[in-house]
Amino acid sequence: MMSQPPPSGSPRVGLFVTCLVDLMRPAVGFAAVKLLQDAGCAVSVPSAQTCCGQPAYNSGDPADARAIARTAIEAFEGFDYVVAPSGSCAGMLKLHYPELFKNDPAWKARSENLAVRTHELLSFLVDVMRYEPEDVSLIARATYHDGCSGLRELGVKKQPRALLARVKNLDVIEAAEAETCCGFGGLFCVKYPDVSTHIVDAKIDDAVKTGASLLLGGDLGCLLNIDGRLRRRGIDMTVRHAAEVLAAMPESKPESKSESEDDAA
Amino acid sequence: MKPVIDAFQDNARAAIADSKLQDALARLAHGFPEKRRAAIGRLPEFDALRDAARDLKNHTLDHLDFYLERFEEKVVEAGGTVHWARDADEAQEIIVGLCKDAGARTVTKSKSMIGEEIAINDHLEAAGIVPVETDMGEYIIQLRHEPPSHLIAPAIHLSIGQVEDAFRDNHTHLAHERSLEEPRALLDEARVILRERFIAADVGITGANMLVAETGSLVIVTNEGNADLTMTLPRTHIAVASIEKVVPTLEDAATILRVLARSATGQDMSVYTSIVTGPKRSDDLDGPENFHVVLLDGGRAAMLGRPVREMLRCIRCAACLNHCPVYKSVGGHAYGWVYSGPMGAALVPNLLGIHNARALPHASTLCGTCEDVCPVRIPLPKLLRLLRTRDFMTRSFTAPDKLALRLWAFAAKRPALYRAVTGALSALLGGKGHYRRLPFVGGWTRSRDLPAPARRSFLRQWSLRGKNDR
Repeated sequence: MMSQPPPSGSPRVGLFVTCLVDLMRPAVGFAAVKLLQDAGCAVSVPSAQTCCGQPAYNSGDPADARAIARTAIEAFEGFDYVVAPSGSCAGMLKLHYPELFKNDPAWKARSENLAVRTHELLSFLVDVMRYEPEDVSLIARATYHDGCSGLRELGVKKQPRALLARVKNLDVIEAAEAETCCGFGGLFCVKYPDVSTHIVDAKIDDAVKTGASLLLGGDLGCLLNIDGRLRRRGIDMTVRHAAEVLAAMPESKPESKSESEDDAA
Repeated sequence: MKPVIDAFQDNARAAIADSKLQDALARLAHGFPEKRRAAIGRLPEFDALRDAARDLKNHTLDHLDFYLERFEEKVVEAGGTVHWARDADEAQEIIVGLCKDAGARTVTKSKSMIGEEIAINDHLEAAGIVPVETDMGEYIIQLRHEPPSHLIAPAIHLSIGQVEDAFRDNHTHLAHERSLEEPRALLDEARVILRERFIAADVGITGANMLVAETGSLVIVTNEGNADLTMTLPRTHIAVASIEKVVPTLEDAATILRVLARSATGQDMSVYTSIVTGPKRSDDLDGPENFHVVLLDGGRAAMLGRPVREMLRCIRCAACLNHCPVYKSVGGHAYGWVYSGPMGAALVPNLLGIHNARALPHASTLCGTCEDVCPVRIPLPKLLRLLRTRDFMTRSFTAPDKLALRLWAFAAKRPALYRAVTGALSALLGGKGHYRRLPFVGGWTRSRDLPAPARRSFLRQWSLRGKNDR
């Protein structure tokens, strides 16, 4: 993996935005675009994309997952690379689509073609593009949470740390349980909320021990879960996608809503 | 024990609120995983051994009938008897019958998950026979009339104070002033009681970690030596094991042993590893006169032809429990039967039927740590997903969560419609703040804030900027 030189010319990259970034935190999408462009890619965002289909796949509904997968496969045909700012969604495209189509030769071939082109954003920047961020600075003490799918399905571990090591004035302190699940688990977090909350509390306690005031990660699902629980517990720790820091996106720290207002300001 | 699995949600909530249980689980969370890490760190070929263990279990499952018949032949040659039990009822009947034939009043038992699976103690008691667990952990939970909460550490959920209470409630001879605060004192007390029982027992019942086809031997591992006393002192030894425990050769058993204790407790080997073959021979100094092996199917043969077959490689080391964030949050009893953690979630719906265990395949974040640590490389997340599919397919179309998912999927398959839906969500709920309460997502907002969606989705902003795209 490390021995390949970066691709010559400007590779054509299709950004798989992911449904959570699209709806909940567009800044991560713009950060991904900026980083990919800085790394020398020609970035496109196909408008026919929705979600990777994981909610259906992990709920035991492979028929719907396959239908959603087909729209993604079609939307991303023809790009040199397909990049997602999420290890979980990239893992879905890369590992689980071929599994979904294992009994359908035509779509299996198309899914495998997509799989070999698909990468998680941070590992793509390091392993494929040999990208090294320049002139990024952030005065902060941070800790990095390894999302489960990125870590265990795709082997994303060193790449985000290598990128963050180039951010000036940023200290990254390893948490003892950085590789332990945050308890999000897709629909698990609403199916078994008590268990999920118990797990994310342990994750938060572990992160707090590092003395960090900033928690970074590469998966918005984990980050929303951790951030949501931090806010409810009233712990002052900022949660951001690593791409936002690397792209020097301004931090838009919204005011915490008070009490029980049902309305978003 | 009767399975009560659909209570997982309530059980889990109660477990999280139980501070004694949480203290016990916190000790477990660090103990076993750290010891395992150290043990495999000392063995560079550990991953190659895992491959070998997986391959030999797969080979055995491919030829399970052959190896089981070979095992029976060899047991018979050695002077023993093999009994085949299709289900728990048959196994109970066979074992109780053998105990009655032996005129048994007291039966000692070493730890056996199959014994738990078929609830053999209840049936012995119903027949007027007194079963005595001789593994310390099993002895404690027998006093407390509860099932094991862990494959290899059945009383891991208890504090020492709770153990002391169980002793005082049952060992009524204990003087009030006698201190039992130290583990040593509890062990000494159990040792005195159990010694009498070992000598009084008419029958000894053990499990078996492996059945060796080439010799008809049982391989039994313990850390307390209690299995050896259980099977050598009484006149009759009954071993109960499930059919997938067979391995072809002693060499293969050695391969499994090399990954078993390291994965389980982080020991290189368990303290006792016993290999026993048949009853006492004429020139043996000790051993049972009668040797019986009860082989239980219990739903396993039906798993053979299906993808869930991979679960039959399991060697019950409990590494998946010890590393599972869900197990470490709720403990074993929340799972509602004798098997718990990821292996329980993947096995129980196969043994009891999905309709009796719908909650279990969902009781996982699919974080993948279980698969990472499994010594026989069982793809537990994949098996849990397959069970989720079995659950999904067999539930009413109108189940609310199923209906919601189908509606979401209907839109996710149609990009234009999906855009319209997310656009509406943004318009309705979008903004900068956080919700502390929101209808339909109470599972989230009961304990977590939810950020408002963006006023404009990424794709909407992208198209407004007049960027490309197809």
